[in-house]
Amino acid sequence: MGGTADSTLVIGVLLPDALGTYSDSGNAVVLAQRARWRGIAARVLQITADVTPPTGCDIYVLGGGEDQAQVTATRWLQQHPALVGAMETSAVTLAVCAGFQILGRSMSDRSGHSYSGVGLIDVTTVPGPRRAVGQVITHCVIPGVGQLTGFENHRGISTVAASHVPLGRVVRGTGNGTPDAAGHLGDGVWTDRIVGTYLHGPVLARNPALADHLLTTATGRTLDPLDLPDQQALRRTYLQRSSR
Amino acid sequence: MWFRAAVAAGTWTARLSRRLGAGSGSIIGGRVTLALCPDALARLAAGRQVALVSGTNGKTTTSHLLAAALASMGTVAHNATGSNMLDGALAALAQDPDTRFAVIEVDELHLATVAEAVDPEVIVLLNLSRDQLDRGSEVRSVAAALSAALIRQPRTTVVANADDPMVVWAAAPAVRTVWVSAGATWAGDTTTCPRCGRSLASTTERWACECGLARPDAAWTAVDQAAGAASAVRTTGESVPVRLSLPGRFNLGNAVMAIAAAARMGVDPQDASDAMSRVDDVAGRYSLVTYGSHEVRLLLAKNPAGWTETLGVIDDAKALLIVVNAREADGRDTSWLWDVPFDELRSPTVVACGERAADLGVRLSYADIVHTTIADPVAAIAAMPPGKIDVVANYTAFADLRRRLPSAPAEAL
Repeated sequence: MGGTADSTLVIGVLLPDALGTYSDSGNAVVLAQRARWRGIAARVLQITADVTPPTGCDIYVLGGGEDQAQVTATRWLQQHPALVGAMETSAVTLAVCAGFQILGRSMSDRSGHSYSGVGLIDVTTVPGPRRAVGQVITHCVIPGVGQLTGFENHRGISTVAASHVPLGRVVRGTGNGTPDAAGHLGDGVWTDRIVGTYLHGPVLARNPALADHLLTTATGRTLDPLDLPDQQALRRTYLQRSSR
Repeated sequence: MWFRAAVAAGTWTARLSRRLGAGSGSIIGGRVTLALCPDALARLAAGRQVALVSGTNGKTTTSHLLAAALASMGTVAHNATGSNMLDGALAALAQDPDTRFAVIEVDELHLATVAEAVDPEVIVLLNLSRDQLDRGSEVRSVAAALSAALIRQPRTTVVANADDPMVVWAAAPAVRTVWVSAGATWAGDTTTCPRCGRSLASTTERWACECGLARPDAAWTAVDQAAGAASAVRTTGESVPVRLSLPGRFNLGNAVMAIAAAARMGVDPQDASDAMSRVDDVAGRYSLVTYGSHEVRLLLAKNPAGWTETLGVIDDAKALLIVVNAREADGRDTSWLWDVPFDELRSPTVVACGERAADLGVRLSYADIVHTTIADPVAAIAAMPPGKIDVVANYTAFADLRRRLPSAPAEAL
């Protein structure tokens, strides 16, 4: 798979040093383990700012980060067009929170200064009036994935252009903070190669169906169901109760 | 007159709260006093030598160690139960109004307010890492706010950990600093420079950034020799043996921070170290509790940095119970569990407990840790074979467990 000669699935965690604030690198652990438990060899690469990033990963994951780190991360991605090209044409990418904003067209910080994103998705982000913090539930638009649960902690208001669809329709919480074409509050974005969201948790730990969707997209393989202990109890905690 | 009445009203409220069984009463009592007399904290602190202890992890332990050290010289008021907001600080001072010293553990988000009110002789700044992100906002913003507060205290000596880049960035602008090499094992929040955002080049000995922020030379160093022997070494060449009853490398670091602070406040370092060696139970942490046919050791870990330290204390020969809640005081977001290297666990039996047992159980499965999941920790202990158990709980889980284990130490929580 991907850029390696053998059939190992390679998952690249982009800038874990800058975009690791909300433990989103756990998403890579979830992807790798769910692949291994299906008999697919998997490897996780931590891609830090001081290396030339490999362009042959099957899946890239980006997480949330603090304001300053977000600026640094954006600049770093812009300096590595080959990586951005791989994300556009060959790999599958999961981008969470600041990572999601970075992949968009533009962002502006709290002082109102606007700067360009990587431009892989047609999304623009501006700061909202207050921080959105708390549990989120959405209905995911990807067929078969069902409800998504996660924890949001951000200040961004993200507008998704009509050419894209948000990843989920918000049932509870804020998400993008903007309505989709049908007038529903949306969260994140879904394209053929990119899944963006505001949900931490990490999002794939709480939503294994979304993890399997990414694995299927990256490998082209149909995956057997997995029954992980505690997983259903976890989802019940956040989806059925009006938990805080 | 009004001030005395306000303090009395708070003290009565606290006593009433205790008698109603609602806890130590320090929070409600403090709130009543502050509502009646907003400058009560400043007035209660006046005339005392005050030390504030803050940071993400080790506040309660370090303040206990420092209080023990100062007690070798004079009377000490101390918020020993770990209620570390404004109201807890006030209650501790109100309860012992005439002491020579006061040691106040302060939540890092409240340090600025408390420091401004009490004009402390010393502020001990241990470490800064992520904890309760949903409440405390970003680590760097917390450090920036601390920095602004420290600049406003020109008479205060800041005893700060030179090994933690976030602490150094926060404390460097202070007028008086005593740097201590106390150690830092978890670097998850400081792989980039807090000042400029560049990737931080570091070795175990030193760290430095191109922008000029670098590890300062330390006046005191925590030195951990083999076989349990440890000492606090001063740049002057003086070496003070440290023999703690508390386990773990990070408690040695806490102790050396406390020795440096006590020395600044006039205590002979050797006397300070001797007094600290007798501290063996810090608000129930590290305490041994007998429950049925089990000997239970209670450990507190509430964030990735604390867990990383605790992994070195867990006894691999014992069964392990991990208890995780996600109430307001714990932080509602359980994502932090994914930054704990649970794959390093070697305990023969692992049980996931607490109100977020399922979140923990899923995390353990992905770390390939075989475990069972029992939400109620007391039921889980009862169900285990007789013997020794290590329990690691986060904040409210720890408090609940202490309350529920019948033979737990009797001090109020």
